[in-house]
Amino acid sequence: MDPENKKPEVWTWFDHAQNIKRLKIGFYIVLVLLVIPDFFIHKHSLFSPVEAWPGFYAFVGFASCVVIILVSKLLGFVLKRKEDYYDS
Amino acid sequence: MTASLHPSLLFLAGALLLWVLPLLGRKILILLVPATAFLVITQLTPGTYYGYELFGFDLNLLRVDKLSKAFGYVFTINAFACFLFALHLKSRYEHTAALVYIGAALGAVFAADLISLYLFWEVMAITSTFLVLARKTEKAYRAAFRYVMVHIFGGLCLLAGILLQVNATGSVAFDGFSLQGLPTYLILIGFLINAAAPPISAWLADAYPEATVTGGVIMTAYTTKTAVYTLIRGFAGWEILIAVGCFMAIYGIIYAILENDMRRILAYSIMNQVGFMICGIGIGTALAISGAVAHAFAHIIYKALLWMSAGAVLYLTGKSKCTDLGGLYKTMPLTMIFGTVGALAISSFPFLSGYTSKPMIIEAGIHEGFFWVWLILEIASAGVFLHAGIKFPYFVFFAKDNGLRPGEPPKHMLLAMAFLAFICIFLGVYPQPLYDILPYPVDFHAYGFEHTLNQFQLLMFSALAFFLLLPLLKRTRTISIDTDWFYRKGGRLFFSGCDKIFNSLNDFGDRIFAQKVPSLLNRFFLDPSRYVQKYVVQLMAEVSGDDKQVDRRNKEIDHRTKALAYPIGGSVFLAVLFVAVMSLLYFN
Repeated sequence: MDPENKKPEVWTWFDHAQNIKRLKIGFYIVLVLLVIPDFFIHKHSLFSPVEAWPGFYAFVGFASCVVIILVSKLLGFVLKRKEDYYDS
Repeated sequence: MTASLHPSLLFLAGALLLWVLPLLGRKILILLVPATAFLVITQLTPGTYYGYELFGFDLNLLRVDKLSKAFGYVFTINAFACFLFALHLKSRYEHTAALVYIGAALGAVFAADLISLYLFWEVMAITSTFLVLARKTEKAYRAAFRYVMVHIFGGLCLLAGILLQVNATGSVAFDGFSLQGLPTYLILIGFLINAAAPPISAWLADAYPEATVTGGVIMTAYTTKTAVYTLIRGFAGWEILIAVGCFMAIYGIIYAILENDMRRILAYSIMNQVGFMICGIGIGTALAISGAVAHAFAHIIYKALLWMSAGAVLYLTGKSKCTDLGGLYKTMPLTMIFGTVGALAISSFPFLSGYTSKPMIIEAGIHEGFFWVWLILEIASAGVFLHAGIKFPYFVFFAKDNGLRPGEPPKHMLLAMAFLAFICIFLGVYPQPLYDILPYPVDFHAYGFEHTLNQFQLLMFSALAFFLLLPLLKRTRTISIDTDWFYRKGGRLFFSGCDKIFNSLNDFGDRIFAQKVPSLLNRFFLDPSRYVQKYVVQLMAEVSGDDKQVDRRNKEIDHRTKALAYPIGGSVFLAVLFVAVMSLLYFN
């Protein structure tokens, strides 16, 4: 498809195990940093006092995604079909 | 009334001009048309123009107020970016379909009455079908057929609703509907079908991914968002829409997670995002409606950006399944960056446009004290990051390297993506220009420390869940059955069911009435007197209980028949029989 037939430049940063490791460590540090302020600021709650607990939104994010993934996985057993399902 | 230029006219005139201009002229034209239309819309002053009379009704083609202008702006900005992205196309056919389609979408947005709206609505359905057909594959032809059938059905619901409504109220005005009844329900169903609300929603994820590279980008913005506009105009505050919206938001996420085709993932995430907007429309307060408009605006931009990055990948590799892609960041870093900006914007990541629009809807729900709406929309927000924010870029640009080394797309595609990515960032950092064009003034500040922190927590821990559960998300070469099953497979089952029932009935009838009965009659009428005698002999034998004589008598009858030893002929016998039957029929 490349009209000029040039060989594109190839980046490989994400192929190095040590870079991935650095990313992971950085990611975990960010996660911890995001929750720490919750212990020091006064948080407002909208519907129930639970929302003011430290890390509430972190928990909501994590738990909802786990539930969503598990539910879709289960539904997948029912809904998934081979790619040629409609062709036959 | 001074008649200013109608923005749709520009698109329709452009579609005609396209057929006389050479390639370079066409390239300039398709960029010039949306740019001019945008300028025209900025100059429109509130009021209604372009009045005409039809069947004794006063109709108006151009209603200008803040709501229609907001949609007009984003439709034309997006059209400009889409045509920039599609600049390489030489085909007049595809550009014509796109121009008329966008022109009709603008026409629907600016139409002041139900009849004009309906006309533009149907033009949109037809012209967008050509963007699918232009892919020129067998799959696309079939998908386009299903697409147009669903939209014809939706259009008929709308038409029926409009006719009943006009009959009931005597007015064709298109304003907020207050009466709940069959007419308004039919109109609502017509709108919701175009908004891809379940159960008639599968057309979106069925047809859009089969459209051309550029057709897909164009289609994402107009059909569903025109429906969002009409719902805002007609059904703001109808509480049923809250439930519909919440359901759509979750539905889109689950299907997007199951999906393997990258453009189908994005198609399902349209459903999810439109779910947020419809929920806002259902809440119906000033903040919610403004939030829905703001979200539609932001959504059109970042969704087009996402489809462009996916389109660039498809254009260069010819592949769209996650299982075939992966590792593309190596040679398409710019496309990856633009795609990721879109992905983060849709996830309403702080400092991108999704974050300054979507929380308005959630906030409006909180103001009304809707606990469940808040909870579902927060869960859905986390889910958006999961399916569109991470899954899309991860499986397309990273994940397993499938050895594809395509290089970057042409410059005009990169430029179109850069333009939209800029808008995503600009509106994320400085949303005031967007807030200024919303139908109601908003007092909303997205960047409170606590709010931003909460959002970061929600998203980053969603990402954690994604990477921890990655083995469960492994892509499989599968499709998922959606409600289109009912007309794709169900239709076929219905056909084969009917085939079995009615054709076997037909066979049975054929055996009895076309074969057995005539052959019996045939045998009888070959020699009626013999069979009548034999029957009588049989009958007498049964009555008397003496069947020893039967064989002998039958032989005698056969012998007599062969020898033609009857005083009267067969025809006379038949005549007598006929008279006997007739007399029985008449005198009984």
